[in-house]
Amino acid sequence: MKKLLLAITLGALGATAFAQGKDLKVAIDPTYEPFTYKVDGKPAGFDVDIANALCEQIKRKCVFVEQGWDSMIPGLMARKYDVIISSMSITDDRMKQIDFTDKYYNTPTRVVTKKDFKYTGPASLKGKKIGVLKASVQEKYALGELKTVGVDVVSYDAQDQVYLDIRAGRLDGTVADHVEVTGGFLSKPEGKDYELKGEELTMPKYFGYGAGIGLRKGQDALKTELNAAIKALRGNGVYKKINDKYFKFDVYGK
Amino acid sequence: MNAYVSAILQGAVLTVGVSIAALLVSVVLGLLGAGAKLSGRPVWVGMATAYTTIIRGIPDLVLMLLIFYGGTIGLNNALEWMGSEATVDINPFVAGVLTLGFIYGAYMTETFRGAMLSIPKGQAEAAWAFGFGPTQTFIRITAPQMVRYALPGFTNNWLVLIKATALVSLIGLQEMTYAAKQASAATRSPFVFFLFTAGLFLVYTTVSLAALRRLNARFSLGTKRGTL
Amino acid sequence: MNFAVLFEAQNLALFGTGILTTLTLLLASLMVGAVMALVFALLLTGPWAPLRWLVGAYTYVIRGTPLLIQVYLIYYGLGQLEWIQARWDSLWPWTHFKDPFFCALLAFALNTAGYTAEMLAGAIRETSAGEIEAAQAYGMSRFQVMLRIVLPSALRRTLPAYSNEVVMMLHATSLASAVPSLVDVTAAASSIYATYYLPFEAYLAAAAIYLVASFCLIGLFKLGERRFLAYLAPRTH
Repeated sequence: MKKLLLAITLGALGATAFAQGKDLKVAIDPTYEPFTYKVDGKPAGFDVDIANALCEQIKRKCVFVEQGWDSMIPGLMARKYDVIISSMSITDDRMKQIDFTDKYYNTPTRVVTKKDFKYTGPASLKGKKIGVLKASVQEKYALGELKTVGVDVVSYDAQDQVYLDIRAGRLDGTVADHVEVTGGFLSKPEGKDYELKGEELTMPKYFGYGAGIGLRKGQDALKTELNAAIKALRGNGVYKKINDKYFKFDVYGK
Repeated sequence: MNAYVSAILQGAVLTVGVSIAALLVSVVLGLLGAGAKLSGRPVWVGMATAYTTIIRGIPDLVLMLLIFYGGTIGLNNALEWMGSEATVDINPFVAGVLTLGFIYGAYMTETFRGAMLSIPKGQAEAAWAFGFGPTQTFIRITAPQMVRYALPGFTNNWLVLIKATALVSLIGLQEMTYAAKQASAATRSPFVFFLFTAGLFLVYTTVSLAALRRLNARFSLGTKRGTL
Repeated sequence: MNFAVLFEAQNLALFGTGILTTLTLLLASLMVGAVMALVFALLLTGPWAPLRWLVGAYTYVIRGTPLLIQVYLIYYGLGQLEWIQARWDSLWPWTHFKDPFFCALLAFALNTAGYTAEMLAGAIRETSAGEIEAAQAYGMSRFQVMLRIVLPSALRRTLPAYSNEVVMMLHATSLASAVPSLVDVTAAASSIYATYYLPFEAYLAAAAIYLVASFCLIGLFKLGERRFLAYLAPRTH
């Protein structure tokens, strides 16, 4: 009976796609310059280049799938793609749902506000509007440390929409990845009145242990393959080449 | 700038695709629903009434999110329960088409039901007297006349459907609205891109309206309108 | 299926906030939209051709573009324009454009005004010619005819179609979830989905809330029709 149902269901699902084969479906959220963004309509950035290099290493073809950030993990669990290579931080909370490889980079988070704002810690932001990315580690930090002292935390679907609203004057600042906010906002004309404030935020409780590749639980073979590939890239200079294309320092971190 | 404009235009093709596919699904469901409601059998009437009432009482967006996020997980769980290792991925296009078709099937049911009720009963009775079977009656007598009565409601539903395709962008289908949103955030010029997309939608609805008006004129040949 | 999670205190509170926001948005945009619709309908059926053309173009654009795009245009698009941005910290009414609730309200109000104006204009145009002639025979001015004869009748005849529009507006408020920081019922459900990964439970709850609200609205309008359109009801004796 079950087999019959299975046959009918599989037959009826002809319109939908089945995940299989040599292609590695990689999920990216291309709104996170300079890690994942679009150039001329094509995916580009540090994450994309690392993904392509890893695929070459494990001899599979990378197929990029765009996905909104807040449904990255549900999409992975629903098997829309095989891995997430989109600057996803390894945190204990996330490890309850999915698995991660070793990190492939680690950068701290910073608070960004107007240059003339006197920032002395979370409490000094009381009453101000701070934009963060929904379902990110920065949002977790903001809800845990900033909201509790009276800061108005606003969550957005994509990080570049935060910049859009900062530019529009609806937000007083943001909490974002140091490198991302530099490349995606501060280095652009609209970011000239803003700067990084305070110290580097790296508490593992919120920010985890660096960015890794997300995969479903139980895929140990793929995980080992990717870990070996990351080590290989670090060793044979490909990582350094990609790193230097975007950054003046080693983004692998501690 | 150019890459973004072409992304929006590519999205426009998807928009047209989703709307036409959803229209086909909704017409089929509408005919089935209207037939069920008019059949008189309590089971069918009950099911059809539940369908139209519930669907028209829930926002399109909520249904879309329910089917897209809930449906994929549910389907995969069902497959696991049946003992299969296969994984299914409902892509946003299929989810959008099915949801929109499902929703507007309910509206089409009401339109077709109203249209069928507007045809004088004598027509069907005369067909039966001639010995036409139910299918023949439907294809040759009822359906052509129904089209004329259904056209205003159908036009309305089609125009609303076109605009509802913008919601599919919220479940990740890279149609016009999605492309416009990405473009506007990346270039920090939302006004330009959203205005452009609104213009494309306006073109689409205008062309549809013109085409359906001509269709209406064609199907109204031979009917007389009272002069006031 | 884990429905118990939905009934935890903070989640119920989230849905409560959502329901409050949804209802506030609905009522406010309907009220503002209704006033605008009345004005637009009068202009659409008025004697000044340029105004007729202008309002006609407005309703054409509103009814030809998706509400989602209209919301994005007002929230994101207007924020881009320099001459609004420069003034919205100081000059009223531009200060309101910073507020997401105001932007959503404006988009919904403009939308419902466009649709309702056309409905009302249609009802005005279809007023029985005999009634208007009788009023003119009495020597009423154009304004008096409108106020005493045409509008009361037209408003009543728009009621069934307007009830449809109100339910549509309730559904349209779910698009407020596309505006960051607005927590309506749909956004509350999305938030619960994002936290607990329970799409079925969260969105089914949202669907149930909208269903109950729709039924209440339809019931209210049926009562209204019984009172205001009693003269059109089928005779019972």
